[in-house]
Amino acid sequence: MARREQPYDDIPGTFVFDADRAREGYPINSFCMSLMKDENRKAFKANEAGYIKQFHMSPEQEKAILTRDYNRMLELGANIYFTAKLGATDGHSFQHLAAVMTGNTQQAYADMMLAGGRSVEGNRSRTGSNKAYSLSVEGGATQAKPAKKAKAKPKPAKKAKAKAKSKSKSSKKRK
Amino acid sequence: MAKIIAGIGSSHVPAIGAAIDNNKMEEPYWKRVFSGFERSQQWMRDIKPDVAIVVYNDHASAFSTDLIPTFALGTATEFPPADEGWGPRPVPVAKGHPQLATHIAQSVILDEFDLTVVNKMEIDHGLTVPLNLLCGKIPPTGHWPFPIIPLAVNVVMYPPPTGHRCFMLGKAIKKAVESYPEDLRVVIFGTGGLSHQISGPRAGLINSKWDKNFLDNLSKDPVKLSKIPHIDYMREAGAEGIEMVMWLIMRGALGEKADEVYRFYTVPASNTAVGHIILSARDAKAKAGKSKMKRAAARAKADVRKSK
Repeated sequence: MARREQPYDDIPGTFVFDADRAREGYPINSFCMSLMKDENRKAFKANEAGYIKQFHMSPEQEKAILTRDYNRMLELGANIYFTAKLGATDGHSFQHLAAVMTGNTQQAYADMMLAGGRSVEGNRSRTGSNKAYSLSVEGGATQAKPAKKAKAKPKPAKKAKAKAKSKSKSSKKRK
Repeated sequence: MAKIIAGIGSSHVPAIGAAIDNNKMEEPYWKRVFSGFERSQQWMRDIKPDVAIVVYNDHASAFSTDLIPTFALGTATEFPPADEGWGPRPVPVAKGHPQLATHIAQSVILDEFDLTVVNKMEIDHGLTVPLNLLCGKIPPTGHWPFPIIPLAVNVVMYPPPTGHRCFMLGKAIKKAVESYPEDLRVVIFGTGGLSHQISGPRAGLINSKWDKNFLDNLSKDPVKLSKIPHIDYMREAGAEGIEMVMWLIMRGALGEKADEVYRFYTVPASNTAVGHIILSARDAKAKAGKSKMKRAAARAKADVRKSK
């Protein structure tokens, strides 16, 4: 059964683990869950193709697991918290998986995170709905960067002071 | 009468737990994270809550995809740490508070929040990491300083409960706690977030502007936060950033007005923006907890000044 199209399919580089995917991916996620037990990890490592047969996956799902195609697993209904158990069984850290999924070396991925992570700008939508959702205090419906700063200033004096201090502290730290 | 006196928002990044367990807290990368919680630990020691409700999510530890409860309230007498693949974290078994927990369950179910009652449950890093951040490192032979009531929320399978539903559940929890006859001073944790995506080619997404606005609005305009559509959490804060809805249960439980006592924000811890806030419930200050809350808040502020 083809997966129904969803509005959030528009978010680039993202496979939302929705109820449809949870249904389709139940065998993969059950397989990953089995790797919580040491005896199962050993049985899987001894005979990967044989071990996964008991979970009745589709041929595409089996292939994704055997080739460690982590993005394809997500697309076919796996969830990241479950596939992380497969990564751990292979002896990989989570950042290794993140690097694989993003097509980076682990060092390049770690450097990107240290530099503040992947920017949301240009990464909101595949089809061009890249307008920011405004969450600013007293903000309007669109991006209102300068307005936010100007309006955020008049605060009750006592609180504003404390906040400005804790804010300047954390922003200092980030550098 | 029991009373929710304060709310704590905190990320629950698993790598923070690993850094604690492997004694990496003094390494510069991790010190940057832990130093932001030193004042919070002092605050926690000062206010000495009688019990903590901890809103968190399980990460394929207690719940597989066999069973996916939207809201699951732990009513057990104790909650052992889960084995997440590297053996259970070396932290104490958390004591529950079954009397208050069952009271909350009955009250909110009759208030039309159909939550799942869990009498046996292991807790994973989603719960134990925030406890560490607020209470420090405690060996498995020790004790957490207060009993806990875990409230596990499904934020793994889409759709999680809406932000509005979470906010309303928080209000129902406040009402439940206030109808409990014993004088208990309760705090509530909202955990997870802030912006992060750990799955797929867009992994590594961080949106600091979003996060700061979210922290601001917890005291300034929480109703606005309760109206954020799921798709915008995922677009702006990352596919896994949607777990920020859990903070709205905490916020809803503080009543109409809450004051910010302290906040901390840093990027990154592993793949995630670390956010932390302490909010005091304004109507709680008029009651029993007033002097303690005031002293703790003053001390947190003084420390901020000192460290400048």
